[in-house]
Amino acid sequence: MSKLDNAIYEIHDLDDLAVRDTPLTGIHPLIKLLVTVFFIILTVSFDKYQLSAMLPGIFYILLVFLAGDIPFGKSMKKLRIILPLVCMVGLFNVFFDRIPVLRLGTFVVTGGMMSAVTLMLKGVFSVLASYLLIATTGIDKICYALRLLHLPKIIVLQLSLTYRYITVLLGEANTIFCAYILRAPRQKGVHFKVWGPLIGQLLLRSMDRANDLYDSMVLRGYRGAFYVGDKIPFHLKDWMYLILWTGFFVLMRCFNLVQLLGGLFV
Amino acid sequence: MHMADALVSPAVGLVMYGATAAAAGYSIYKVRLEENTKKVPMMAVMSAFVFATQMLNFTIPGTGSSGHLCGGFLLSAILGPYAGFLSMIVILLTQCLLFADGGLLALGANVWNMAFYGCFLGYFCIYRPMMKKGFSNVKLGISSILACVITLQFGAFSVVLETLLSGITDLPFGTFVAAMQPIHLAIGLVEGLISAAVLIFIYNTRPELLTNDEMKTNKEFSMKKLLVILSIAVVVCAGGISLVASSNPDGLEWSMEQVAGSTELEDSGDSAYATAANIQDTTALLPDYAFKDSDSAVGTSFSGILGAAIVAGLCLVICLAFGFFRHKKKKA
Repeated sequence: MSKLDNAIYEIHDLDDLAVRDTPLTGIHPLIKLLVTVFFIILTVSFDKYQLSAMLPGIFYILLVFLAGDIPFGKSMKKLRIILPLVCMVGLFNVFFDRIPVLRLGTFVVTGGMMSAVTLMLKGVFSVLASYLLIATTGIDKICYALRLLHLPKIIVLQLSLTYRYITVLLGEANTIFCAYILRAPRQKGVHFKVWGPLIGQLLLRSMDRANDLYDSMVLRGYRGAFYVGDKIPFHLKDWMYLILWTGFFVLMRCFNLVQLLGGLFV
Repeated sequence: MHMADALVSPAVGLVMYGATAAAAGYSIYKVRLEENTKKVPMMAVMSAFVFATQMLNFTIPGTGSSGHLCGGFLLSAILGPYAGFLSMIVILLTQCLLFADGGLLALGANVWNMAFYGCFLGYFCIYRPMMKKGFSNVKLGISSILACVITLQFGAFSVVLETLLSGITDLPFGTFVAAMQPIHLAIGLVEGLISAAVLIFIYNTRPELLTNDEMKTNKEFSMKKLLVILSIAVVVCAGGISLVASSNPDGLEWSMEQVAGSTELEDSGDSAYATAANIQDTTALLPDYAFKDSDSAVGTSFSGILGAAIVAGLCLVICLAFGFFRHKKKKA
C-alpha cells in the first residue's frame, strides 16, 4: 500500500471510529478536548527524573482505550512518526548525564537513563492522548468545540473544509502518482525533471476545484459566515467526566501515587 | 521538524502559542481586510493540496534518497503571506490531530518554526523584493531556493532553542546545533528546488495565479511596520522567554566553574575591586536581572524589556548622531 493509500485509509478509519456508539463518543466534545489538553500539559510538566510520578497516567490512557473501544495495535502505529526524534533526543541524555540515581541489584541506573525513559513515556502519552481524542470525537465535533472556545471562525471553517478536501486531493494525487509510477517503474520517487509539471498540474486542478467549491457554496447561500449545526447540550455525565479526570490529574501532580502505594506494602 | 509534546515544557509551549497567536491574529485581520469571500475556500483547498503533496516522495538527483515538500513558502507565493500562514496553521493542526505528527501543546512552536519564517521572512525579505520588478524563471528559482534554505535554518535553530529552554535534553548547545543545521540545509535545498519547479511551471502556464493581493499592492518597505514587528519580537523574547531561560551557568561561567570551582572569582581584598563593586551595587537598578531584594519573576521580564529598550535607545542616539536617518535631497 502506498503512502497516499495509507493516509486515505487512516482518515476513513478515524471517521469510522468516531461515529460508533461507545460511552466515550457520547461525552461532550469540549469536555474531551479540555481533559486531553490538561492531561498533555500535566504529562509534559513532570521533571525529567519524575518517572514514577507520571506512571499513573497509564490509567487514563488504558481507561479511555477500553471505554472508547479503540484498537490498540492501530494506535501504536501512530507512534512511528514522532517517536524516532524523541528517542534520539532521549538517547543523548544517556551519554551526557551519567550521575547514578538508582541501584537495582548490581545494575546502576543513571540520570540519563531515567530522563530518556521519562521523555519517551511523555512522548507516548501525549501522542496517544491526541489520537484517542480524535478517534472518539471526530473532526466535525472538534471544530464545534473549538468554536465554543472562540477560536477565530476563519480558522475553524478552514479546518473543516480542509479536512473535507484532504481525502479528495489525496485521491487525486494518488491517481497522478500511480499513473507516473506505471510509466516510470523502478524509481524511488518522482524524477526531478517532472517535479514542476506533476505538482503544478495537481495545483492547477486544485485551484479550479477551489473555484467550483466556492461557486457551489455561494449557490447554497454562503456569504463568508460560519453556520454551526445543532447545539450539543452538556449533561451531568460530561461534568462528572471532567471533574473526575481533573481531580485524578491534580492528585497525580501533587502526590507521587506510585510511591504512596508502594509505601503501603513496604 | 515537527516537535512532539514531549520536547517542550508547558512554559515554552505556552509562550510559543502566544507568539503564534499574535502572528495569526494579525494575519486574520489582514485577510479580513481583503473582504474576499472566495479566500477561505481557496485557502482550504490549497491546504489540502499541500497536505497531499507532502505525501509524495521526490527523488534527489545523485543521492539515491528522496525528500518531500513542506509548503509554507509555496503557499505564501500563491495565496499571499497572511493567507499562507493561516493555511499552514490548519495543515499543522490537521497533521497533529490525524497523524499524530507534532503535538497539541507543541503546535504553537511547530507553527512558529515551520510557518512563520517561511511565510513572513521568506516572503517579505526574499520573494517580494526579488519579484518587485517582474517575474522571471531565474528569479523565481533563486528566490525559492534562498527563501526555503534560509527559513528552514531559522526553523531548525528555533527547534534547538525551544528544546534547550525546555530543559529536555542534556545535549550541549553546540552539538545540538551541529546536528540540526546541516541536515536542514539539505532539506531546505530540496524544498527550494521543488517550490522553484512548481512556481516556474505556474508562471509559464497560468502567470496570473502568482499575483496575489499582497503583490498587487506593491507597497514600499515600511520602517514603521518593521519596528512594530521587532518590538513584538522583543517583548515576546525578553519578557516571556526570559522567564523560562535556563538557570544553569552560561559558557564563561561554566568554564570558570570547571577551573576555579565557582562561577565568580573571590574578592582579593584589593580596594580598586571593592570600590568598583560598591559603585556597581549602587548604580545597578536591577541586580542579577531582578528587582532589588525581590525574587519576583516580573523582575526578570522587566529587566529583559528594559535592557532591550535601552539598547534600542542607544542605537537610535548613535544613528541620529551619525545622521543615518538624514533623507537624501530629491533631485530637482
